[in-house]
Amino acid sequence: MDQWAVKQDGNNKQSLTRKPSKQHIREEWVGRIFTTLCILFLIVTIVAMVYFVASRGLSTFFKNGVSIGDLLTGLKWAPEGEPALFGALPFIFGSFSTSLLAALIAAPLGCCAAIFMTQIMPGAGRRYMQPVIELLAGIPSVVYGFVGLSVIVPMLRNIFPGQGIGIAAGSLVLSVMILPTITTIATDALASLPSGLKEGSFALGATRWQTIYRIVIPTTLPALLTGVVLGMSRAFGEALAVQMVIGNAPHIPRSLFESASTLTSVITLSMGNTITGSAHNNALWSLALILLMMTFVFVFIVRFLERRNKR
Amino acid sequence: MKKMLLVVVALMLTIGLAACGSKDNGTNNKGTNEGAQTNNSQGSGNTGGEELSGSILAVGSTALQPLVDQASKKFMEEHKNVNILVQGGGSGTGLTQVSDGQAQIGNSDIFAEEKFVDADAPKAKELVDHQVAVVAMATVVNKDVAVDNLTKDQLVQIFTGKVTNWKEVGGQDEKITIVNRPASSGTRKTFEKYALGTKTEDLQGSIQEDSSGTVKKLVSETPGAIGYLAFSYLDDSVKTVKYEGVEAKEETVIDGSYPVWAYQHMYTKGEPDAAMKAFLEFMVSDTVQNGDVVELGYIPVNKMQVKRDVDGNVTK
Repeated sequence: MDQWAVKQDGNNKQSLTRKPSKQHIREEWVGRIFTTLCILFLIVTIVAMVYFVASRGLSTFFKNGVSIGDLLTGLKWAPEGEPALFGALPFIFGSFSTSLLAALIAAPLGCCAAIFMTQIMPGAGRRYMQPVIELLAGIPSVVYGFVGLSVIVPMLRNIFPGQGIGIAAGSLVLSVMILPTITTIATDALASLPSGLKEGSFALGATRWQTIYRIVIPTTLPALLTGVVLGMSRAFGEALAVQMVIGNAPHIPRSLFESASTLTSVITLSMGNTITGSAHNNALWSLALILLMMTFVFVFIVRFLERRNKR
Repeated sequence: MKKMLLVVVALMLTIGLAACGSKDNGTNNKGTNEGAQTNNSQGSGNTGGEELSGSILAVGSTALQPLVDQASKKFMEEHKNVNILVQGGGSGTGLTQVSDGQAQIGNSDIFAEEKFVDADAPKAKELVDHQVAVVAMATVVNKDVAVDNLTKDQLVQIFTGKVTNWKEVGGQDEKITIVNRPASSGTRKTFEKYALGTKTEDLQGSIQEDSSGTVKKLVSETPGAIGYLAFSYLDDSVKTVKYEGVEAKEETVIDGSYPVWAYQHMYTKGEPDAAMKAFLEFMVSDTVQNGDVVELGYIPVNKMQVKRDVDGNVTK
């Protein structure tokens, strides 16, 4: 310990006495300009995107005269009907129920995988299991959709009443898709746990399970929840895979196995068929705006959890 | 160090280029368009032996995209200076972009007049219609359904939810599952207009998919399912039913006895310039009509023995 400190001191002295060379100054400036440019670019992009979605999404209310209440609580979506009705509640319901269910399925799986990889078999777990789970993140969503359509939907149709298509199929597909997010964040949180906590628990005579569920999980809970919330927000924004297996009927379903819609599936399904600037098109942008707002809420929750974690 | 500098310069260049590029594009396009147009007006007296040039962006209907894509490649081989870019995005996108001048050609499954309604109606008047092919749609059911023929009435009752079991239309005792298209889809509009004659609403429990491949897969796998597909997608995995006793096949569409079909339109804003005109003429030439059109499962537009206008009036 002492040696290390001395070494550090020596280094500090050296760097303090030595004048920074020209090369150093130049590198410093280049780095600064580079990062500033990147940040500026990023800020402009984000502001432009929020502005674009908001301006289009809000014109439904200001230009087309649809009331916000009708859009948020209306049960009937008939944009091509006479009169045109824009009730988005079925989609909001669909989005929330699929992503919540997906999180419910994926959270225990992901957290248990993380505990296995960090507490129970760190060697084999991290070497083999983590890459395999991370691989799931790289699979294109159309593949998930197709697998869902070919495997999960027929399976659900055979076991349960109904067509197999619906919220259950959607959340099953989504739960696999968000598994890497939850697992990776949970693994990082568990691995960064100070080893003294665990050692102290063992020293008091606690078994491994007692340590895990009395010490490890409660301490890392905010971080685990962060992973779950991030997974949920990914599930909330996923479009293609869900669109293929959920059925997309604009109604609140009567069971988990009946056709339903999410915000994203309605947007992807109709956007290309509508005229820019028409009421229908603007209404789709309003749905996008709701999605954006929800993302903000998710980010806010994650921030809140992180702050609790640090305290 | 040097690498960093390089990265910074590259980044600045790309941002700068991207910013200028989008601006330039607009003026450039206008320039070439105007140029070509003046060329056209000057050269109309001559035989027009000059080499065609220009770039054309064709956007829209995914149903028409494969045909335009394949034909454009052949056209570009013959005319090296013409550059044609084909993109999908849906009929609505195609019509909007051609109307706004972002694209030179807008591909659409339906008449512009049907899409541009109310306040937008004047926009349809500026567009010039070029019909390049015909796509016909057949009603398809799951293979287990014991029905071979459906009348217009029966179809309307099924798609409006009045009939929910196959036994009510002469089949076995099984629940009907509707596999529909989204309300804004051109295919759905065609089917509703010419097969049902009425607009339908989205029923509780019905399925909506936008891609023909997914519709086919769902109809072939879901017991008691009914849907509709373009002729090019028909195969043994689904059962094609007759409409009012008329078999859904190319001959019956051509002679006018099978009504569920639509023109594939390529819209231009105003009269097309020389290169576009040549390309649109190429689309209806015998090479494309008897070659690519048939090959890709469309019906040649010049073979049709009947004509139809926006309001659906059919003339021999």
